[in-house]
Amino acid sequence: MMISRNERVANYAILILFASIALYPVLLILTTALSPDQIGDSGGLHFGNFADAWTQGRFSSYMRTSAIVAILVVGLSALFSIMAGYAFGTMRFRGSEVLFYVILLGIMVPAEALVVALYFDLRSVGLTNTLLAIVAPQVAQSVAFGTFWMRAYFRSSSREVVEAARLDGAGHWRTLWQVLVPMGRPAITTMLVLIFMWTWNEFLIPLVMATSEGLRTAPLGLAFFQGQYTAGTSLLAAGAALVALPVVVVYLFLQRHFIRGMVEGAVK
Amino acid sequence: MSSMVGTETAAREAARRRRPKGPPGEPRRLAYLYILPALIVFVTFIGLPLFRSATFSLYEWDGLGSSTWVGLANYAAVFTDPALRGAFIHALVLIVFYAVVPVSLGLLLAATMMRAGRMRGLGLFRVLIFLPQVVPMVVVAIAWRQIYAPEGPLNSLFRAVGLDAVARPWLGDYTWALPSVGLVGTWVGTGLCFVLFLAGMAKVPRELYEAARLDGASPRREFFAITLPSVRGELAVALTLTVIAALKTFDLVYVMTSGGPGNQTAVPSYEVYRHAFLIGEVGTAAALALVLTALVFVATVIINRIGDSNDGSAPAGASGIRALARRNRSGPPVASSDQPGPDPDLDDAGPEPEEPAGSDDPRQQGRGR
Repeated sequence: MMISRNERVANYAILILFASIALYPVLLILTTALSPDQIGDSGGLHFGNFADAWTQGRFSSYMRTSAIVAILVVGLSALFSIMAGYAFGTMRFRGSEVLFYVILLGIMVPAEALVVALYFDLRSVGLTNTLLAIVAPQVAQSVAFGTFWMRAYFRSSSREVVEAARLDGAGHWRTLWQVLVPMGRPAITTMLVLIFMWTWNEFLIPLVMATSEGLRTAPLGLAFFQGQYTAGTSLLAAGAALVALPVVVVYLFLQRHFIRGMVEGAVK
Repeated sequence: MSSMVGTETAAREAARRRRPKGPPGEPRRLAYLYILPALIVFVTFIGLPLFRSATFSLYEWDGLGSSTWVGLANYAAVFTDPALRGAFIHALVLIVFYAVVPVSLGLLLAATMMRAGRMRGLGLFRVLIFLPQVVPMVVVAIAWRQIYAPEGPLNSLFRAVGLDAVARPWLGDYTWALPSVGLVGTWVGTGLCFVLFLAGMAKVPRELYEAARLDGASPRREFFAITLPSVRGELAVALTLTVIAALKTFDLVYVMTSGGPGNQTAVPSYEVYRHAFLIGEVGTAAALALVLTALVFVATVIINRIGDSNDGSAPAGASGIRALARRNRSGPPVASSDQPGPDPDLDDAGPEPEEPAGSDDPRQQGRGR
């Protein structure tokens, strides 16, 4: 389409402006993280802040908890979602519509509506402050979304493929894992990255469920770190950079899957 | 040869036509076994807690001692207590910052870009502008606290241009604290809206614009006659996501202001947390949480009504994953199982056949995080 040279230049100017605004807070965190922690320290880049945050700020422990939680939530919810989506997408059975809508409604329930009851009920059976209390509610929420997502994929996967697999002697279990799942890798990857992002960034559930420091996830540890060390901004910034790093790295590598998933309205 | 192709096409057509009526497989009892694990976690950790929250909301309880049945008194408090009502009013203000501004800005920005046709480097900009969506909110909050600090970059900027009177401790200011928090929501949401609308507008056939231009339509008319109607589905998605994000704001408020100064930035989800876990009013917290849930439901339904509107086209989304699967199917079926599918790209998604709205709508809610 024909547009004037001026308009094109203006468009780039707008894009550069918005990209700069989007990047500024991120760069601010990075530059603060690399600046001297104590007034009077020499100039230059202080990569040592990251090491200090890692040990003094106990981010090694927070990051480990977050990694364990993320692996468990992503793994379990992907497994359950793929299985449920397969059934909803390729099989006909009594009550499938109703069951599916019940699970779909679960997508809409905000965590706020769950944590109050979950905390007090789990406390009465002595299960607060356990991995289960942090992981299970997130698995449930992710499964609600994942089942919807995988059902859409399995519904559109071809009947011919399923039939061909059956003619080759594959049972339903093998058809799922050896034929449909490998074919659905793009859809599954998108689901995995979205669930990973939500889990890594989740704040309310770990805040309520993890009462001891040992079980704090990375965002939670960061929030508490901020409360304790208001003075050391560069250590705080280094911690913030560490907390953001995994999800930003995954984003940069798999940004198509992120953007596609979000664009399809899967989130928040 | 050609007749064979013809037959195959016909068969595919037939299969496609049959598909929307239900899943392709034959009846299988086994399905229940496949669903069981998902159903168990769902019932135990969503269904049951939701029901228990509803029960809690009918009692007055401090979380430790014995509880007293109070009926709907907690709900009455949500609507009459000025502080609690205030929290919902703050949420409405946040909707302006989280949803209205980003959607408007995103539309404007995307429409401007679309006039240029394909621009070089748009992909890179898309990645950068979308970035705020993925950064953990706690990190976002810490970055913006620094920006708003009394001696922070924002005040330095104002002082540098001689506007010393404007500089202030933004998050400690009774008037400005809530807009300051809101602005962060604008920062987070604008990229998402922009990218969404860009994808939607890319599907509009270029000929439409060319025809409009030949007829002498102004850019303004072009926008309202072609661009805006064509992204109605994306508009519904964007509004759903951003409005829900505004209603559920928690991390930002918790880290940036803890509801203060006074309770100028208190929002419903923060009040849920405060009542349940800080001041021991579990019943009020549960009632608040359920009202918030109801609001999320209502907002979702209303927005999706707008999105479907009268022509029965599905709001965005639905088509994407189907397109993806269709692409996979075009390869040799079983043999291709080891190949990763072609990476889907938003730009070449192309127009998708629409499906009747309704059945798949709730996809847009995300799962409420």
